[in-house]
Amino acid sequence: MTARTLYDKHIDSHTVCPLDDQGHVLLYIDRQVINEYTSPQAFSGLREAGRTVWRPGTALAVVDHVNPTTPQRIAAMPDAGGARQVSYLAENCRDFGIELLDILDKRQGIEHVIAPEQGFILPGMVIAAGDSHTTTYGALGAFGFGIGTSEIEHLLASQTLVYKRLKTMRVTVDGDLAPGLTSKDVIMALIGKIGASGATGYAIEFRGSTIDALSVEARMTICNMAVEAGARGAFMAPDEKVFAYLKGKPRAPQGELWEKALLEWRKLHTDDDAVFDREVQLDATTLEPMVTWGTSPDQAAPIGARVPDPQDVSDLILRQDMRRALNYMGLEAGMPLSEIVISHAFIGSCTNARIEDLRDAASVVRGKHVAGHVRAMIVPGSTEVRDQAEAEGLAAIFIDAGFEWRQSGCSMCLAMNDDVLAPGDRCASSTNRNFEGRQGAGARTHLMSPAMVAAAAIRGHLTDIRHFGARP
Amino acid sequence: MSLQPFTLVTGKAAPMLAANIDTDVIMPKQFLKGIDRSGLDRGLFFDLRFLPSGELNPDFVLNQPAWQGASFMVVGPNFGCGSSREHAVWGLKQMGIRALIGSSFAGIFYDNCQRNGVLLITLDESVLQRLGKAVSQADQAQISVDLEAQEIRLADGQVIPFQIDNLRKTALLLGLDAIGSTLQRSEQIKAFEHRHLAANPWLS
Repeated sequence: MTARTLYDKHIDSHTVCPLDDQGHVLLYIDRQVINEYTSPQAFSGLREAGRTVWRPGTALAVVDHVNPTTPQRIAAMPDAGGARQVSYLAENCRDFGIELLDILDKRQGIEHVIAPEQGFILPGMVIAAGDSHTTTYGALGAFGFGIGTSEIEHLLASQTLVYKRLKTMRVTVDGDLAPGLTSKDVIMALIGKIGASGATGYAIEFRGSTIDALSVEARMTICNMAVEAGARGAFMAPDEKVFAYLKGKPRAPQGELWEKALLEWRKLHTDDDAVFDREVQLDATTLEPMVTWGTSPDQAAPIGARVPDPQDVSDLILRQDMRRALNYMGLEAGMPLSEIVISHAFIGSCTNARIEDLRDAASVVRGKHVAGHVRAMIVPGSTEVRDQAEAEGLAAIFIDAGFEWRQSGCSMCLAMNDDVLAPGDRCASSTNRNFEGRQGAGARTHLMSPAMVAAAAIRGHLTDIRHFGARP
Repeated sequence: MSLQPFTLVTGKAAPMLAANIDTDVIMPKQFLKGIDRSGLDRGLFFDLRFLPSGELNPDFVLNQPAWQGASFMVVGPNFGCGSSREHAVWGLKQMGIRALIGSSFAGIFYDNCQRNGVLLITLDESVLQRLGKAVSQADQAQISVDLEAQEIRLADGQVIPFQIDNLRKTALLLGLDAIGSTLQRSEQIKAFEHRHLAANPWLS
């Protein structure tokens, strides 16, 4: 048998039947996660056509995008649109027999934080969900990808999708990360290197000594943001760290079934001789903490650099894009990135709001105080993360340092709820997208790791975390 | 739900050649709070189409007389990147856009267009630039897209051929309901599922 990549193995083992000789297959999907804002029209479609849900137990629904994150949790949504979406989700889950983690549930949180937390995602699974950051699940040895609402409906009705096989890319990351650097810097450096469409049409497998050394949560950050390079999925071979992470989780298999699953999961890796369509290498020892200066995630640079000059770029389209981005961001070419003054700091999102992220940030801000002109917010990735951070004393550290300590949700990552920036606001953000208007019309976003956001919040401007402790 | 078939469409093509136009720009967050598909034509490219005063921005291409009411857009690389929100495609469709022509499209956006009967045509960068240049002239904005023949016909008589997978082509030509087609294979899906769950009992 020919050598296969892990991607090939996932697709082969989930192919119901080929649909043509151009790579289309009917793909069986093991699990899906449903949220309140991309699912309503899918359920309406089922109702209108008189169709049922194929296997309701394979779906898990959660409210995360539109809910407020005010410190006191309340069931009511403050706006009519959000309230309608939340009540329609509840109605759909009840009528179609799908489990819902609603806003007051102790297991509520951002879908890509709670699904792994609950053990809902297991190695070898193929998962599709109505959110682009479904790529996160690659960190568990599963294959996850985002879909639109029509595909959600297709999946609910048939447990399958009409799927076209992707090309494969292997990204090898080797070497030790310097102190202060995180997996966020790895993925931001990769996106900077290959571009925002560098992996369009590909599934990426990440491997190498750097990846091996990372925790499972840190790996999720990398797979999560692979979509910002255009990847339709990311994956990593599951290892002992993944199995340890999953063991004992509420929905993970137990006892004899666990042992049986483990035997299969240990086979989930790319064959030695398998060939990828593209190979990319990244040397982790040369990386520096990354920040974005523009309005696309690939417009990023090391914190020690300066705002780039469009004049230095020969490609006309690229130059125009840079000009437009700098104009929107209100930045001058040549300015040191570390002199960019912020008005807001946000630690949250499915990219970087897990317990390890909060521990990182807390270690930076302990005993210090947020700069007077900065509004700083922590929005934990899930209610469980929030509870754990309170139990560990992290919440007290944040509150003492002047951060707002809030309830979980997607919040200001995409600002669908009431956490919205005003025009001209400038935010250091642990999130995944610095698009125009993403955090509010006219607002400006600089992406970076949670520790870098914490340092920027204290100093009031973008700051190199590696020098943070050394200066007064 | 069956779709309006796409066969031969003639109309204006509006150029929008910037790279990485994301779905947040195509359909901003404030238009995502519905539970149906209605009213999304209002939100399409909202921050570009409208001035802060609420008036139409005369500089935006879809507001200019030559490209008003366009049936097509000629777009830059990685169009539709970012969020999975299908609202972006619903908005384009409600504005009358039947096809987008570009050099590369984001994956989820590509599938969303297909599911809504919106044709995406991918051309080599150099061919796309030529097309972009042509339709940027007001008197050359009118084009025809013939899906059956896989051809774009320009106002000056030039013909640009394009490729598309047969599976997608057939679905668009006939306006097929994808779910209905798939459910004709229900027995196959059930048989697969039975084997799959037997081999991986922890998935049950």
